[in-house]
Amino acid sequence: MKRLATALGIALASATAQAFCGFYVGKADANLFNEASQVIVVRDGDKTVVSMLNDFKGDLKEFAVVVPVPTVLQKGQVHVGEKKLFDRLDAYSAPRLAEYYDPNPCDRRLYERMRKDMAMAAAPASAAAPAPAKALGVTVEASFSVGEYDIVILSATQSDGLETWLTQSGYRIPKNAAKALAPYIRQNMKFFVAKVNLAEQAKTGFQMLRPLQFAYESEKFMLPIRLGMANASGPQDLIAYMLTRNGRVETTNYRTVKLPANMDLPVFLKQGDEFRNFYKAMFGEQAKKEGYRVAFTEYFWDMSWCDPCAADPLSPEELRQAGVFWMVPPNPGSAAPAPSILPRGPIPGGGAQPVMLTRMHIRYTPETFPEDLMFQETKDRQNFQTRYVLRHPAKVAPEACPEAKAYLEGVARRQEQEAQQLASLTGGDIDAIRRKLDLPPAPTQRPWWEGLWK
Amino acid sequence: MSLRKIKVKSFYGLPRPWGRGLKPDPRLFQIAFQATLLTVGALLRDFSLLPAQMALGIAAATATQAFWIRILNLRGVGYLSPIITGLGLSLLLRADSLWLHPLIACLAISGKFLLRVRGKHVFNPANFGVGIALLFLPGTWVSPGQWGNDLGLGVLLVALGATVASRSRRDDAAWLFLGTFLGISALRLLLLGYSLQRGWEILCHQALNGALLLFAFFMISDPMTLPDHPMARRLHVVLVAMGASAWQFLLFRPSGPLWALLVLAPLVPLWDFLWPYKKYQWDSNTPLQGT
Repeated sequence: MKRLATALGIALASATAQAFCGFYVGKADANLFNEASQVIVVRDGDKTVVSMLNDFKGDLKEFAVVVPVPTVLQKGQVHVGEKKLFDRLDAYSAPRLAEYYDPNPCDRRLYERMRKDMAMAAAPASAAAPAPAKALGVTVEASFSVGEYDIVILSATQSDGLETWLTQSGYRIPKNAAKALAPYIRQNMKFFVAKVNLAEQAKTGFQMLRPLQFAYESEKFMLPIRLGMANASGPQDLIAYMLTRNGRVETTNYRTVKLPANMDLPVFLKQGDEFRNFYKAMFGEQAKKEGYRVAFTEYFWDMSWCDPCAADPLSPEELRQAGVFWMVPPNPGSAAPAPSILPRGPIPGGGAQPVMLTRMHIRYTPETFPEDLMFQETKDRQNFQTRYVLRHPAKVAPEACPEAKAYLEGVARRQEQEAQQLASLTGGDIDAIRRKLDLPPAPTQRPWWEGLWK
Repeated sequence: MSLRKIKVKSFYGLPRPWGRGLKPDPRLFQIAFQATLLTVGALLRDFSLLPAQMALGIAAATATQAFWIRILNLRGVGYLSPIITGLGLSLLLRADSLWLHPLIACLAISGKFLLRVRGKHVFNPANFGVGIALLFLPGTWVSPGQWGNDLGLGVLLVALGATVASRSRRDDAAWLFLGTFLGISALRLLLLGYSLQRGWEILCHQALNGALLLFAFFMISDPMTLPDHPMARRLHVVLVAMGASAWQFLLFRPSGPLWALLVLAPLVPLWDFLWPYKKYQWDSNTPLQGT
């Protein structure tokens, strides 16, 4: 029996940032969120390319996926991509840490400059079985193999028939799936059903399943998350990378919120897994605070540059593999220049067609997301990234110069603020953070009446 | 905003709210409530709106109003309407630079003075401004999901909105629009085969959309751009609700109500011609019969 993995039934299913001169030191990537589904959606007009990452862990014999798609897909419209694409997009758009070093306060000129820098930093940052089939109302519209997958495209007239067909054909359907399938049938959607051809899979030499990609045209800009909720309980994570031509993508039937970012945090986040743990806790806290009712924007940037770069931007070849159909393939004659961080310019060797990346992270529950996700591409082009800043204090003795004492007092105040910021973002224990920072514990509050009559 | 002379003269053309047994102008409530909602939105719903965008928008709307009053030599035309338009644009429109809100406010108010049929402006100024912005100007967008779908906020929007709409005696339009739009949505969910429980959840989610409620109580219920005859008005509102549903559920595009109201606005002069009726006046508090 094939276990039906409907984790995500897919839809086919200038303001400039402040100049940055710190170093990129860490990132919190999608691997943090174990059960996160990942999907890449490329869209311009009605043309859409969706890539789904199958993080199926289990016997491949048991794997099968059912995805509602708007049209019957032909073989040429389905492709097996590389997981590396997801890793590249993830690395490029992951939340990041940046660090700065305070200059020595005893150098007066530097001190003046630092004060200016701090004033600037204080300014707000500018701020994804043929025979019985007919009797059951199920039609096999197309049947083909791509890579390690055997694929059938079905149309159905009734959900019970589809359920029976799938069961008879050896797929194990989760309970309640038929009910969840019904609205898609009534919307005239087709069903893309893929299972793994084990012989072909062995030939690929990959241990894991490669992502499935579909190209189609549809006026619907949506992701059918509801199908995967048939038996779900508790929150699920979805990370969607939206690649568009003109601007930021947001959900139209749920709130889209930017994660808190661009604040100063304690420098110990640089050590070990501290930043990853911080980001995980922070995301959990923010999602909870919003009642699991919002889509978070984690990143929005023109793909041709980044500042700071968590990883190099994707090359035109990589973008085309991801499905960016308007990206002109680079001239084969000219050697592609090594990927580099450009201050703002065309993609190396690319056709200079803009590609915007919106990374959305949604933690949803069946109760708080009653509808499938609907999206729109806005004309917003203001960059945004979840970036957090570490400021290392200068090492200076209080008596080294007259400025030093005031500077060190300022550093102490700043560290306390950073600790409070961290605690409020993650819902963490402020005293534990103070201990990590070697900050003096907060003075114990004396009752207001103590000493009143003394 | 009516171009005729108002009866009660007062400072800056503001109708005297408490004189001669008159009720306060409903637009004063509208301004107070829109400002409240803007504050709520900015504080609780992190609207990506800069205070400067709002200030510039309102200032530009007011200046444009002053310009046209001077050019057309109008008397008795006040400054409540441009403030409402400025606030409305701030609530609805998002832009990635500072110059867009004032520019659009200027176009919206100018549209009000220039696009007139038989002494009545054709488009709701904020609706007109948003339409122009989305069609022709870079870096502008509306976020239909910006209010979320919270029960608390929904109740606040309905309470404030119904107060304003009933004071201008156009709450029938707001309720009729909501009833028709959500009725069509409910019918669609039923036809799509959702179970009653799931369908109800989805319907509630759609009904509590803040942008939809705001549209019903603060935009379509604008008495100056609705047909004056009660029957014509109801017909027009039903048409807008049907257009909005078709836009969202057949074409799968966002912001159906805004587009439907904009596209169907040119029909209003036709309705007014076919069903003549006493024209709505902000300052006249004599009850309009049959509304």
